[in-house]
Amino acid sequence: MSEHPTVEKIVINVDGKDVEVPAGINAIEAARLHGKEIPHYCYHPKLSIAGNCRMCLIEMGMPMRDRATGEPIMNEAGKQKIGWGPKPTIGCATNVAPGMHLKTDSPMVKEARNGVTEFLLINHPLDCPICDQAGECRLQEFSADHGRCESRFIEEKNVKPKHTTLGPRVTLDDERCILCSRCIRFSSEIAGDDCLGFVDRGTYSTLTCYPGRELKHNYSLNTVDICPVGALTETDFRFKMRVWFLKRTNSICTESSAGSNSTIWSREGKIYRITPRRNDAVNDTWMTDSGRELFKAIETGDRLTRYTVDGVHKTPDETALVATDLLKGGAVAIVGSAHSSVEEQFLYSLMAGRTDAKVSLIRRTGEGDGILLTEDRTPNMRGALLTGLISELPAGDVGSLAESIKSGTVKTLVVVNEDVTVFGLPTDILSKVKIIYFGTHANETGRVADVVCPSLSVFEKEGSFVNVSFRVQKFAAAIPGPKGVLPDVSILEKIVAALDGEKPVGGITHDILWERLAGKIPQFAGLTWSGIGDEGTAVDPTAFLDLPFPERKHLKFDPVAFKKVPVAPVEA
Amino acid sequence: MALKEKRLIMKHVDEPGYTNDIDCYLKHGGYEDLKKAVALKPEYICAEVMESGVRGRGGAGFPAGMKWKFLDRKSGKPIYLICNCDESEPGTFKDRQIVHKDPHQLIEGMMIAAFAIQAKLAFIYIRGEFFQGYRILEKAIEEARAGNFLGENILDTGYSCDIIVHRGAGAYICGEETGLIESLEGKRANPRIKPPYFPAALGLYQCPTIVNNVETLCDVKHIVNMGGKEFAKIGTSGNTGTRTWCVSGHVMNPGYYEFACADITLGQLIYDICGGLKPGRKLKAVIPGGSSAKVLRADERFRGTLQDGTEFDWGIEDIPMDFDSLAACGSMSGSGGVIVMDDSTDIVEALANINYFYAHESCGQCTPCREGVPWLRKVTRRMVDGEAREEDADLLKSIADQIAGRTICAFGEAASWPVQSFIEKFKDEFVEKAREQAARRKEGKKPATETTLV
Repeated sequence: MSEHPTVEKIVINVDGKDVEVPAGINAIEAARLHGKEIPHYCYHPKLSIAGNCRMCLIEMGMPMRDRATGEPIMNEAGKQKIGWGPKPTIGCATNVAPGMHLKTDSPMVKEARNGVTEFLLINHPLDCPICDQAGECRLQEFSADHGRCESRFIEEKNVKPKHTTLGPRVTLDDERCILCSRCIRFSSEIAGDDCLGFVDRGTYSTLTCYPGRELKHNYSLNTVDICPVGALTETDFRFKMRVWFLKRTNSICTESSAGSNSTIWSREGKIYRITPRRNDAVNDTWMTDSGRELFKAIETGDRLTRYTVDGVHKTPDETALVATDLLKGGAVAIVGSAHSSVEEQFLYSLMAGRTDAKVSLIRRTGEGDGILLTEDRTPNMRGALLTGLISELPAGDVGSLAESIKSGTVKTLVVVNEDVTVFGLPTDILSKVKIIYFGTHANETGRVADVVCPSLSVFEKEGSFVNVSFRVQKFAAAIPGPKGVLPDVSILEKIVAALDGEKPVGGITHDILWERLAGKIPQFAGLTWSGIGDEGTAVDPTAFLDLPFPERKHLKFDPVAFKKVPVAPVEA
Repeated sequence: MALKEKRLIMKHVDEPGYTNDIDCYLKHGGYEDLKKAVALKPEYICAEVMESGVRGRGGAGFPAGMKWKFLDRKSGKPIYLICNCDESEPGTFKDRQIVHKDPHQLIEGMMIAAFAIQAKLAFIYIRGEFFQGYRILEKAIEEARAGNFLGENILDTGYSCDIIVHRGAGAYICGEETGLIESLEGKRANPRIKPPYFPAALGLYQCPTIVNNVETLCDVKHIVNMGGKEFAKIGTSGNTGTRTWCVSGHVMNPGYYEFACADITLGQLIYDICGGLKPGRKLKAVIPGGSSAKVLRADERFRGTLQDGTEFDWGIEDIPMDFDSLAACGSMSGSGGVIVMDDSTDIVEALANINYFYAHESCGQCTPCREGVPWLRKVTRRMVDGEAREEDADLLKSIADQIAGRTICAFGEAASWPVQSFIEKFKDEFVEKAREQAARRKEGKKPATETTLV
């Protein structure tokens, strides 16, 4: 990554090859950079070093120097001799130094890995056929790679507690636990809730919660993700599906403006779980528990699935036509959404421009946790600002529109996925205007709306959000939406083009939309849809730095520091 | 008999009328060395300790002066001194004698050491089971404080340092210095990874810390008393000072005996000092430095070259009792616990007993030790229970080889050295046991289970 271009590079030798690596990283990362995998369990790049699994044992040597004179000691070939350690050393706690030599697959290293693997397996239940971790289990993978394939252990295995409930979302099988302490370190170092620990000693060491405590913090499922074996399992996902049947789709968490990168695991149109996806600029490798449960909302029965005009089922084209006619009548107000994607907001903003409409958003804030749940509970408030949908932050509800409606200056109201009846516009006021409603689920506003366009949820469409640090991040469609429902951008394109008398682009793509975005919005200049990488692209926030954003400091964002040094606009 | 103990640390201990209170200690010249020390420069004392060549008495035998030299003085953080009194190595019982019988000697040695390294605070981490010792130390510290030998403004020098006695948490691993520090901080005694947590730089509360054994700290007092050069004259080069050998097992007079390093041989220790073996028995094996040291077989010949180049060819009785000679014989002087086994010993049962101890004491932090050592225990347990197999000897050796050198702390070695050496030297007995038991099983007889130890 080029975000720290100033990091000093040093030369080390990995398995006989001189390679350049950034100073300060450990041997595991250095080897990884050059295609050598050093197997490990307890090491996690975002946690402190424990060094207890002993799987990452490697051979390490330093160029020899004469103790007395400090002169390099040379061999016959005229090269500096390497003083190899007599014992293998752990890669996780070995930080690279200039001239360091590493052997990652010497006989001694292989022997050590083989030994550690055998030890880890002797008391392991070996119940892979019924274990949820199978298929994504480090122990399973490394046992295949580094194990001895047959057991020499004929004694009785240790017995430990099975299916222990650690908290509302996590179930523990202590017999599978390899005591790597990742979950313990995560809870105390990242989640800030030191609730896990080991009891008993030696081979009877057992992971458990401290007396009277539960693993119930909002990050508890991260312990499941980082558990290298099947000890910690997600109670909800347990026994539901084999991971190798699941399709993985990159997505973005919509819970708050943090914009945690996520992976959606689905099969045959059904989502089974959501896990975090590593992005060191956004969420490291973490995600909230509450953000992982958002997909359950789309499974509820009150999804909107039909385009209707005055309650009568229509085709999308017919619906768009009616909506266009309504909008052409003028006196339009739009209640937009910071849950819409950048592309949708762009089209709504065009719609507002072409109908001279006033745009309001609803403010959704809550208490932040200082980690990955920010105060702004919308994923794309920055997108609304960048696309010009709004120019200042929403004040609260949309009650102020009531006056305009009563006075007749607003005759058509466009509502995007909000139930405005609970945000200051009760049904008796709504009855005074024509309503065009875009939404995923039925609600009171949708019920009284004249034109209803069903929308797709974030899991069913593609698009992008701009997070708290002005990083544009893409999400892809994981599952198909309800039959017959078009992506919002398609129906919006039909309406917005018609407003200006243009011919809508049939089958509008995000490539085309981003050509327009790049042309219209200076911060997006030079960006293309395919050019936004999996880890997103930071854009220039300067124009908006003085707005009173509600976000306070969290894991990767500090408003004070951000004002001083906004992230570079474009990364190489 | 010409052999005479050279009692330095145990000088007054066991003298009739010698008690562990301060009056008796002062009567015997106590705290004079502290008075002498605080008039010296701290660096001078450190240099004296360096010159004395005194090596750590806790087991590893690392030069104490060198340890002190590694101390990170530039960090600006407070420096701590810890006395490791968690004596738990099976076969070792010297520290307890000092604490019980001459606690003021330890306190004086500690205060000199604390002054030398300019420690802010000193701790005695005493084994949890030594409750009597804890009470004696508490009383002695009160007496010493009353005499202004510790506490505020010691002997009006302006230097202040107190001693806190901390009772251990009842685990062998608390004696490992980084495990001890963790325990002292109130956590599980899980040893720390080194690097980066070398106590001299990142010890107690992440501050520079020196951890020394009880006997080592007592030696500091005598180094100040006689000067580093004079101290270095005791014993041989590289093996200076006296060692207290704790002899246990099948000898007539077990006990502790203090000798200058290399002053006696193992044979003299067993036969002359300890009165020999029980009548009619023959020597079978000796573990010379606590149960984790490698075993020596009685009929072995030890050949090789010492560090100074001299060649040697010793029988077990000829081995001089010091650090380097025992190391040259493939074992170690460790903590000085000499365990003598005669020909009545069932070697498999002896190993089963040792394995039981180490499996019980493994802290469980790192994989090889946590999983490997209990496996060793399970195998030897099965062997003594009558289900031995001929291949078990090789299996044991292989498991031990997979532990040693791959763990966080030296416990891995401590647990695997006995196994490696027992198998290397007594493999015939392991195989013989398996055959015997196979024959019994064939005849439908019950296995001979005599041992109740494991």
